[in-house]
Amino acid sequence: MSEPIIRIEGLTKRFGAVSAVDKVDLEVARGELFALLGGSGCGKTTLLRLLAGFETPDSGRLLIDGHDMTGVPPHLRPINMMFQSYSLFPHMTVAENVGYGLRREGVAKTETATRVAQALEQVKLSDFATRRPAQLSGGQRQRVALARALVKRPKLLLLDEPLAALDRKLREGTRFELVRLQAELGLTFVMVTHDQEEAMSMASRMAVMEAGRVVQVGSPHEVYERPTSRFVADFIGIANILAAPDGRWLALRPEKIVLSAAPPDTAHTAAGRIVDIAYEGGRSLYRVALDDGHVMTAATANVARIPDISFRRGESVWLGWAEDAGHLLDE
Amino acid sequence: MKAVIALPFLWLGVFFLLPFALVLAIALGINAPDSVPPVELGFSLKNFVLLFTDDLYLAAWLTSLRIAATSTAVTLLLGYPMAYAIARAAPECRPLLLMLVVLPFWTSFLIRVYAWMGLLDENGLLNQFLRWSGIAADPAPILGTEWAILLGIVYAYLPFMVLPLYATLEKLDAGLLEAAADLGARPITAFLTITLPLSLPGIVAGCLLVFIPAVGEFVIPDLLGGTETLMIGKVLWDEFFTNADWPLASAIAICLLVLLVGPIALFQRQQARSLERRS
Repeated sequence: MSEPIIRIEGLTKRFGAVSAVDKVDLEVARGELFALLGGSGCGKTTLLRLLAGFETPDSGRLLIDGHDMTGVPPHLRPINMMFQSYSLFPHMTVAENVGYGLRREGVAKTETATRVAQALEQVKLSDFATRRPAQLSGGQRQRVALARALVKRPKLLLLDEPLAALDRKLREGTRFELVRLQAELGLTFVMVTHDQEEAMSMASRMAVMEAGRVVQVGSPHEVYERPTSRFVADFIGIANILAAPDGRWLALRPEKIVLSAAPPDTAHTAAGRIVDIAYEGGRSLYRVALDDGHVMTAATANVARIPDISFRRGESVWLGWAEDAGHLLDE
Repeated sequence: MKAVIALPFLWLGVFFLLPFALVLAIALGINAPDSVPPVELGFSLKNFVLLFTDDLYLAAWLTSLRIAATSTAVTLLLGYPMAYAIARAAPECRPLLLMLVVLPFWTSFLIRVYAWMGLLDENGLLNQFLRWSGIAADPAPILGTEWAILLGIVYAYLPFMVLPLYATLEKLDAGLLEAAADLGARPITAFLTITLPLSLPGIVAGCLLVFIPAVGEFVIPDLLGGTETLMIGKVLWDEFFTNADWPLASAIAICLLVLLVGPIALFQRQQARSLERRS
């Protein structure tokens, strides 16, 4: 296997008594779209800033493309970053912003102009080259920030909450756009996000972080279907955490549970009463209070526009799930 | 609402426009030493013609501009690093550092200039130190030279440079410098391409706040400067009090205002326009 583009070994960063990043080991392979996912204060942004060189680690090592980055200042790292608030230069036009990094490299004027035009083309902003950032919409600014980073042809692009400042509709479109660009250009993206949906839908692999530590690394599918801990199971999507017979815990996703009026023909069944229904359009979530007092969440896909049976709040129902529907947690 | 807006205009009308009209009227009059006040009103451009034909006034005017420009440049060079350091200091330290900058204002301006006289005198603290340390066995007097005037103006006006610079530098988004570094800019390049252009409004404001009063400065050249350095403010004073030539003194005041305010107003209008284009 070739050398990973990022190798992080026991990286630690403390702010006072708090370890923002705590002995993190991580590898990111070339061409991956890697997501760092976690709640606020989990250390994901600090880890990204350590990669970019804006923070210096207290201990541990960070190798980019095989080179130790200890003591290498940000402007000498082969990395570019798209900042959460974009950090566009307000006194420069869009084209000047995008060309800034090339001018710092000493790229010739004509080549700079060509590459800037090309980068603006890539993000569909060719008509806005002479505008100032203040004259652009949020989505356009985001694309300028992206073009400004991409024009440098970095080996590695860091994205800090790339979609957080966009409204929901724009976010979905941009999500596909980023994935398409990453694949087309064959770059490695490392993205920080607090939005699990964003991480799941975009990343080829992701690391879930909690309190400065990486608690699980894997593909979105692995992390969703085979979480290693109660924290991960609970943080990603919805999980019913059940006590398994051997003292361990079982994570059971709502969509793996069938909801029926009559006792279902599955390996496991439980009877209860619906206490809450959340209609989400594509699916409905039912919170069911079991006879033993536990509350479980089950989901039904709303396949038919007008369903044959619909359940109401307070109704008695049965829950059923297959033998292999749940996943045993290690901790 | 209308009254609230009208009040400052009324204030300006009574305390600026009206006195200005009086000064203008006096400037157009003729000196009449025997009457009280010593002016004979009329419409004579004699005083203005004298100002532009007599070398003395032109020289004083040019000296004033030169000294004001030099001291503005020096305060900028001193004030910028100070303002930058304060803006980059830990937030809890900034009020204290700003306090130190404005602390001299708590003592009377005049007393502070007198204090400089004590420091710069032939046998003042500075020369005593030079002799004691052996740097200069027989140091030249500083008091009474143009150097003393420059020193005094720089000292007195430094806070007026630091404060507007601090205000713009403090607002500067540190993320922009990170973005510049990320794009390959060395710290000095990031400063020159990001910090400096974005702090331009503060530089302009600070320079105007120092330059304008420095051109017309009277107290500092009078107390620290010698007889050979003629600044326009001192000439005005002399015409008014020593020669009791009110019309000529008024003409100097009018010229000072027009020659200073004209270009500055133009400059500011251009600045405002470029700001409009920017946003």
